[in-house]
Amino acid sequence: MPPPAPWISEITTALCLLSILLVPLAVAGLALLNNGLGKSRSAAHAMLASMCVIAVAAIVYAAIGFSWEGFGGRAAHVVSIGGKPWDWIAAQPFFLRGIELNASPVSLAIVLQMFAVAIAAMVPLSAAADRWRLGAICASTAVLAGWTYPLFAHWVWGGGWLAQLGKIYGLGNGFLDTGGASTIHAVGGLTGLAVVWIVGPREGKYTSEGMPVGIPGHNLTNVIFGCLLAWAGWLGLNSAGAMLFGGAGPSALVLVEINTTLCAAASALVAVVVTRIRFGRPDASISANGWIGGLVASSAATSMLRPAAAILVGLVTGLLVALSVEWLELWLRVDDPGGAVSSHAVAGLWGLFAAGIFAGMGFGSVAPGQWVAQLVGIATLVGFVLPMTYGLNWVLNRVIPYRVDSDGERQGMDLHELGAGAYPEFMVHSDDFIQR
Amino acid sequence: MKIVGFLLLLAGWFLVLAALEMLAAATPRALFLIAGFAVEVVGLVLVFRSHLAGDEVES
Repeated sequence: MPPPAPWISEITTALCLLSILLVPLAVAGLALLNNGLGKSRSAAHAMLASMCVIAVAAIVYAAIGFSWEGFGGRAAHVVSIGGKPWDWIAAQPFFLRGIELNASPVSLAIVLQMFAVAIAAMVPLSAAADRWRLGAICASTAVLAGWTYPLFAHWVWGGGWLAQLGKIYGLGNGFLDTGGASTIHAVGGLTGLAVVWIVGPREGKYTSEGMPVGIPGHNLTNVIFGCLLAWAGWLGLNSAGAMLFGGAGPSALVLVEINTTLCAAASALVAVVVTRIRFGRPDASISANGWIGGLVASSAATSMLRPAAAILVGLVTGLLVALSVEWLELWLRVDDPGGAVSSHAVAGLWGLFAAGIFAGMGFGSVAPGQWVAQLVGIATLVGFVLPMTYGLNWVLNRVIPYRVDSDGERQGMDLHELGAGAYPEFMVHSDDFIQR
Repeated sequence: MKIVGFLLLLAGWFLVLAALEMLAAATPRALFLIAGFAVEVVGLVLVFRSHLAGDEVES
């Protein structure tokens, strides 16, 4: 990726700030999505947990996360391997000390990533909904925002070794990810997978023969409205990322908005068609996952794709998301109520690979070997980030048990952890446990 | 099996890094890199299988 500019024009700064201000809509959209796809007896818990995740992520990232992540051109720890410099972690002071918070590119990047790290932390929340305790959610979020996210984001956005693959090893322009398909979504999705492995499936999710039982989301209106809010947020996220980390100017923003929308639209429509073919009628929750998956996949290189390529990326994303939701639930016993592993990890990894193939055919100039750089980044996510995040969460689970006890799960997270339900005028039924 | 799976994930990643550092020609480097990626896929399969086996033991 090109190194971030030390200075950007006033118009770029204004547009960047405007784009960043849209990003909280993506966080709100994901919160609604989590709420709607979970059980009614955990609805208030899901929303409070979302708010706590945002709060913890913002504070921890500002306090220590940015120190590890840094920004291109600023102080970092570099080791020499085979005579080549490997920039592996930033060396910035804690609590943003010494950072010029004056609309400089570094300060804009900090604001963007305080929101971005909240998006990343919302993903595991979605995957482990209905059985993950609030205290454990906050602790896991602190680890994600304080270590996992900043470390990988430094490698991609902070001038780290993945960003320099082009300069040092001649692999394209280095690992390409302008909107956070890897740093935000793949990291969040893989952390979600790790947490789901640790907490296990919800009670009643699998029969004694191992067949999954459908536990439908309690409010699909919230889910679809969340998708629409997320769309607005993603337009801002991809635009700001393209300007801050992709070197795009204001003139590229039109392409960013078009590609983001086309990718999400194609992905959602394919998910609708695939579920119509597989189940006889469209499945709203998987189609919503398709929409989110399309937005995620678009984030990899949205300013460098031609619109036709964005549609193609979206078509494949929709197919991958719709099929992987089913495979994960049916064959791999991953109980992910929000479909977060599919729509963030699977779609993110595919988007990154597709960027390596299609970015060179688009508007940005990409040197040969870009797909190899993308493969190195994907291999790092699967081969390093997944074991690391699993290990960290496994240790944390020993200190603060993640899973609510059996009675609490049956009672619902709202009553058990908060003492009051989200819908007190409704009776709580045991219908979640009836095989459909 | 789970630990072996995670170790294979890490081993695959080290193979990818080794390919970058030790091989300069594009084709051997890409092939070595794909081999490292394949090791990661085997590791991922083992981790998934270990969790399936864990579920069966618990039930």
